[in-house]
Amino acid sequence: MVENRPGLTILSHAVLILGVLLIAFPLYVTFVASTHTLETVMQVPMPLLPGDQLVQNYSQVLGAGTTTGSKAAVGSMLVNSTVMALGIPLGKIAISIISAFAIVYFRFRFRMFFFWMIFITLMLPVEVRIIPTFKVIADLGMLNSYAGLTVPLIASATATFLFRQFFMTVPDELAEAARVDGAGPMRFFWDVLIPLSKTTMAALFVIQFIYGWNQYLWPLLITTDESMYTTVIGIKRMIVGGDAANEWNLIMATAILAMLPPALVVVLMQRWFVKGLVETEK
Amino acid sequence: MEKRVVFRSAWLPYALVAPQIAITVVFFFWPAIQAVWFSFQLQDAFGLKTQFVGLQNFTNLFRDSNYLASFRVTAVFSVLVAFSGLAISLLLATMADRVLRGALAYKTLLIWPYAVAPAVAGVLWAFLFAPSIGIVTYVLKGFGVDWNWIINDNQALALVVIASVWKQISYNFLFFLAGLQSIPRSLIEAAAIDGAGPTRRFWTIVFPLLSPTTFFLLVVNVVYAFFETFGVIDATTQGGPGQATQILVYKVYHDGVKAADLGSSSAQSVILMFIVIALTVVQFRFIERKVQY
Repeated sequence: MVENRPGLTILSHAVLILGVLLIAFPLYVTFVASTHTLETVMQVPMPLLPGDQLVQNYSQVLGAGTTTGSKAAVGSMLVNSTVMALGIPLGKIAISIISAFAIVYFRFRFRMFFFWMIFITLMLPVEVRIIPTFKVIADLGMLNSYAGLTVPLIASATATFLFRQFFMTVPDELAEAARVDGAGPMRFFWDVLIPLSKTTMAALFVIQFIYGWNQYLWPLLITTDESMYTTVIGIKRMIVGGDAANEWNLIMATAILAMLPPALVVVLMQRWFVKGLVETEK
Repeated sequence: MEKRVVFRSAWLPYALVAPQIAITVVFFFWPAIQAVWFSFQLQDAFGLKTQFVGLQNFTNLFRDSNYLASFRVTAVFSVLVAFSGLAISLLLATMADRVLRGALAYKTLLIWPYAVAPAVAGVLWAFLFAPSIGIVTYVLKGFGVDWNWIINDNQALALVVIASVWKQISYNFLFFLAGLQSIPRSLIEAAAIDGAGPTRRFWTIVFPLLSPTTFFLLVVNVVYAFFETFGVIDATTQGGPGQATQILVYKVYHDGVKAADLGSSSAQSVILMFIVIALTVVQFRFIERKVQY
């Protein structure tokens, strides 16, 4: 604090509180809507205090889905989302850390070529190669499968760079000492690099968990079978038409369920989250 | 920068990069090459025959008023998303940087929308703005505004902009806050001693020193508006009404998946690839100066 200006401090708090309210408002209305019967939600205006249908609505969507839209149960969608949200970060971390290890700690033919190949994937997001990628997945028989949902998304330039950056800061003496002691490269990797990389892995895991959980276009393209829907896709499929045709109370309950796991990860692992966010973007 | 100490093995490094390279080739390069190849071809209506047509798909696109309209929509949409998102987050971050009490609480409450999927953000706002039952629509009606994004172009665009900005504020906020906290206090104190008030200090010292962060966020937000907002749009307006919210990515998806026009969709993909490449180059040229590899 440079100087004491009570007026400005009050203004700052006022702006921040207003910001927090604006950010929280949609969530609050969603939660309220998820605790009422459909009739109550359809009233204009809908009540702004929670109702008594919480258990009812949530058990309905978890076990059976909506009645007018998609009938897939949200329970199984949560399982699918979890598979994606865990499979993508674990796969990404695994293949990126070994390729970064190869690129930093070995000299081999085509080293820079491989490095650039990984780099260029940054410029090829799913959105610009929708149809051909879909064809590849279809040809490989990976539609409607967990492999199809996760494997194509685990290649990662940013994760490889992040580990490469980190390995560059590891003192050479460690590798030298390991070599003098007769440790081979894999021994060095497991016993020295992996333990040192733990914080980087944790930060990356948090960011990629959210990335995996929130995937939309990819599961939309390759899942046609209701049993393979992720939660985010499930919500979309529950919306069938105009305002009145949708079971908004159930859709909103599903939205809460879709938001809860990543939101908890962000709030509870805030330190890793911020670290991961800032570092992956460098 | 290279390591001085390296290991030697004839096969190990290849085995280590193999999984990453295999996925890159199968799911990135091969489809991208196919997209380029399809973009030079024309498929007949039944998908039986394909014919090499050179650049015809591209010239058709640039003569197609729908495609040009989609470019316009994308430009307006990205400018609105990027500027309003940056302005709101900068305001909040500046305020959060000032307050001592409750700073962590504010931060926690402001960052969680990052966890919300774009499609879910779209659904939440579509519900709030639902023409007949939405609570915001009801309030607006009280002010004499008739809100119906299902039939009104500008209101539909406003809806997707609001949902997209809402989701992105937390990201921008975190980066602005980090940027603000890295500005040396001594500079601000010196200005204060010289009699510069908070507003003057902000515009002459803080804002210029923050420009690398701002520029970085500008690029990130444009990329976000171009690509990641697909979920927002698909879950709410689906490009409509008419084509009022049909951004380029949504058109690629619509033409390719729904209308099954392979040639045109691929040509649009190729154009988008050039846009991504341009944006990535801009981003890295800037970052090169800040970070040393």
